[in-house]
Amino acid sequence: MTGDYEALGLVAGIEIHQQLNTKEKLFCRCPTTIRETEESNGEFFRYLKATKSEMGELDRAAEEEMMQVRQFRYLTYDTTCLAENDEEPPSPLNEEALDIVLTIAKVCAMTPVPEIHTMRKLVIDGSNTSGFQRTALVAMNGTLPGGAGIETVCLEEEAAQRIEDTFFSLDRLGIPLIEITTSPCMHTPEKVQETAAQIGMILRSTGKVKRGLGTIRQDINISIKKGTRVEIKGVQELDLIAEVVRREVHRQVTLLEIRDELIKRGASVEKTPVDVTSLFTGSNSRVLKSAKMILAVRLNRFAGLVGREIQPGRRLGSEMSDYARKCGVGGLFHTDELPAYGVTEEEVINLKKALDASPDDCVVIVADRPERCHCAMQQIIRRAELAFDGVLKETRKMLEGGSTAYMRPLPGAARMYPETDVLPVRVTPKRFLAIEIPEMIGDTISRYMREFGLDREVARQMAYSERRDAFEEVIASGIKPALAERAFNSTLIELSREGAQVHRIADDDIKRILEFINTGKIAKEALSPILTAMAEGKTPEEACESAAPKVSEEELKEIIGRIVASRSEFIKERGGAATGPIMGVVMKEVRGSVDGKIVNQILREAISQVLKNSG
Amino acid sequence: MSSKLKTGDTVRCTFQGLDCDGKFITSQDGMATIKLASGYNIGVPEENLVKTGTYETAERKVSEIVQKADLPKISIISTGGTIASEKDYRTGAVTSQVHATDILDAIPGLASMARFKAVQVCNILSENMTPAIWKLLAQAIYDEIKEGARGIVVTHGTDTMAYSAAAMSFMLKTPVPIVFVGSQRSADRPSSDNTMNGLCAAKAALSDLGEVVVVMHGTTNDDICTIHRGTKVRKMHTSRRDAFQTIGDEIAGTVTYPSLEVSLASHAVKRGTNELALMDKLEEKCAIVWYYPGMDPAILSAWKGYRGIVLVGTGLGHVGTHMVGSIREMSKAGTTFVMVSQCLHGRVCDRVYDTGRDLLSAGVIEGEDMLPEVALVKLMWVLGNSSSQEEVRRMMGSNLAGEIKWRSSE
Repeated sequence: MTGDYEALGLVAGIEIHQQLNTKEKLFCRCPTTIRETEESNGEFFRYLKATKSEMGELDRAAEEEMMQVRQFRYLTYDTTCLAENDEEPPSPLNEEALDIVLTIAKVCAMTPVPEIHTMRKLVIDGSNTSGFQRTALVAMNGTLPGGAGIETVCLEEEAAQRIEDTFFSLDRLGIPLIEITTSPCMHTPEKVQETAAQIGMILRSTGKVKRGLGTIRQDINISIKKGTRVEIKGVQELDLIAEVVRREVHRQVTLLEIRDELIKRGASVEKTPVDVTSLFTGSNSRVLKSAKMILAVRLNRFAGLVGREIQPGRRLGSEMSDYARKCGVGGLFHTDELPAYGVTEEEVINLKKALDASPDDCVVIVADRPERCHCAMQQIIRRAELAFDGVLKETRKMLEGGSTAYMRPLPGAARMYPETDVLPVRVTPKRFLAIEIPEMIGDTISRYMREFGLDREVARQMAYSERRDAFEEVIASGIKPALAERAFNSTLIELSREGAQVHRIADDDIKRILEFINTGKIAKEALSPILTAMAEGKTPEEACESAAPKVSEEELKEIIGRIVASRSEFIKERGGAATGPIMGVVMKEVRGSVDGKIVNQILREAISQVLKNSG
Repeated sequence: MSSKLKTGDTVRCTFQGLDCDGKFITSQDGMATIKLASGYNIGVPEENLVKTGTYETAERKVSEIVQKADLPKISIISTGGTIASEKDYRTGAVTSQVHATDILDAIPGLASMARFKAVQVCNILSENMTPAIWKLLAQAIYDEIKEGARGIVVTHGTDTMAYSAAAMSFMLKTPVPIVFVGSQRSADRPSSDNTMNGLCAAKAALSDLGEVVVVMHGTTNDDICTIHRGTKVRKMHTSRRDAFQTIGDEIAGTVTYPSLEVSLASHAVKRGTNELALMDKLEEKCAIVWYYPGMDPAILSAWKGYRGIVLVGTGLGHVGTHMVGSIREMSKAGTTFVMVSQCLHGRVCDRVYDTGRDLLSAGVIEGEDMLPEVALVKLMWVLGNSSSQEEVRRMMGSNLAGEIKWRSSE
């Protein structure tokens, strides 16, 4: 892959979208709860229309979406309302969400705007019932501790979750999102990943962001000197960011090479597709055999270039295919990759003959219903012609592994107008001053190591844990840090690996268990079985009862007496050294329900009694 | 500072040590709205602005839509509802459009349906509608029908659309459809109901109807528009698309979407049934009074000198016994009282309880199953078009435009 990023002039910036964990949505009073689609209580459908921008032209991205007239279906829930249905004006901007965004702004040393205005950003892919996304610029011009510039932070509403194609679930629509945009200040793939990680850490440090897959998404803007800006949307895995950048740089470099080669060869694109349906009536390819129509186009002197790999698993042909799919077709075939997929060599020869194609040419075919075929062919011809431009301004989506596919043209800037239903919000200096900066997780880790004596990895786990606050509270109330850490972290991780549903255990219940241990009600050895029982849904009291039934001192003496009596030979033989092994036997019997100290004391007495009697 | 600034002028804003450039949009209470290059607006105190450039008006592209001469003619009469609107992304302003080409532009599909002529009667928010404007509207509709319009589409804000539809129902006799339409969700948004409502309304205006109707979304889906009789329709929700409901009657028909198939109910008045006539006299000294428990009868005296009052009473059509004296007094002095019910559904009957019988003896006319707003508009029209108290009583008690249904079926 391409290595010298400085020489290539790599410039990258990132936009991070993170869901905020607020009580209510950004513009209505619904909870920010994600639901299962089976819990839906209703459904409705709508059409969206593209509206004209000020110059009397449809926005380019909007126009592309309109190529297919689409009906969008939406699932509703008992946790969604008329606001999500686009049947009611928005409530005032959620102040809790704004405070979180102002906190991030303060951490990044940004300047809040004096008055926040909510805007409508056109989005007509169906993911917003209104056809726009509400978004507000909150602060500008900041810097990360590591030096990366933060241009803006915005507060936006999350889009509806796409279930499939044109079918959406409304539970997610309206959850507050923070959008953090860095300046285009990164010049290596590693720096991009590092910056994303740092922003992620800052977000987590607030303790007010949602967790889990899909709650944070990174968009990456990438260009190289001779290329152009490409936006890659929806990178969810942090660890893949550097790889995505590397692959995009490689794609841009290869597209530029292809462009140069096309120009050198004097290549050109035929404008008129040819109907070749009859050539494939007896084909082994199921797609071709059953197609209502097959159209073909000749790309003069494109041979070898359509099949040239531009990213792992992606060729120039894949880009053409992405364009064609906008018309509803499943994909395309091209002669650079044929014979294959059931298409025989003879069929390829006949195809080339029918199009009068020389070995230097490439023929692209598409098979579907006639109207889709014609539409797709126009797109293929368009994309083939655009190959002469090298890299195109595009919005792309990430595929598994880090390659990308074309989504739509990069939207123009003019897609916003005021959300007149939401009043502006002033951010007074007093309000901004009152925002408290939380401890950064990096600092929390150091503090846990220093003050609580935790190992770095354990300290890291604890600092990122949702149970962090509870952990600190119990330590403040006198529980030993090592025990608190086991209760809130290590033991839970172990049990979780064994399949226990530890997320079912509430922090307050763990606190109760720790109280029991602290007051000697139960032994700390019983922690693991008690947590296991609680993961099965038992209350702390039930868990203690079942995992560690109470043993009275009398019962304990009886148990110890019995065990000591049965092992008197062993005791006589080993003397005081027998305490350790027998201790283990006793603890096993009482299943941790008695403090080890007490067992030890009674056991020693019993053993010395045996030794005295025998002596 | 900002007094010198015009919308679109470029400015530099300085706040808290930060400089940024943008376009001045507007200002209010010392706070200016600035559009940044990113498209975002922010609010900045006026004193923090310095003008850096003057707005250059960009030429607006006027689209050329050629209307087909062989299609039937529909007149679109606008009153200011935003069935068509345009956004200026540079300033963020949304302006409503009244030219036929703008409407055709905003609602693709109209141009292939009919030839359109646009007439603007006024450009108001519908809460500012007045009986005086109803007269202008009735005249404009009359003129267009006389000139051969196959149908009329009236674009109207939804707030008072039902009042205006009722007013036209009494003020005009029409051989062709007069279709009121609007949108519940603003036309600037891609999800606006204006396209579907507009197309369905145009289709209804070409249909076999011969009366005043309201055509609006029938459900929350984009699947069907309902045709409501102008005297039996009411806005029953503040914001939903299907806010308009026919009350106390069957709907007059439906238009499917996007297939645009019209089907009319058997009771709908058919095209050509009536001959064109304009009767635009209205008595504006009329009021509507909503009764509530404990209402002070002195309130009624504020309406002294009014020629007609619609009482919106409780249940079967009652007000408290303590009101009866004042009503009798005003009635004797020449004020016509018409009783309708807060229930909206069902018929008034003041012969069941004593209070009702007292009201009848005080001169109150039973408003049958009329909707309160319709009763008010009708009272204005009846008082404007009658010469005696007996005639008023007779007309108020007759079904003139589908406003009274003699058999209650629901």
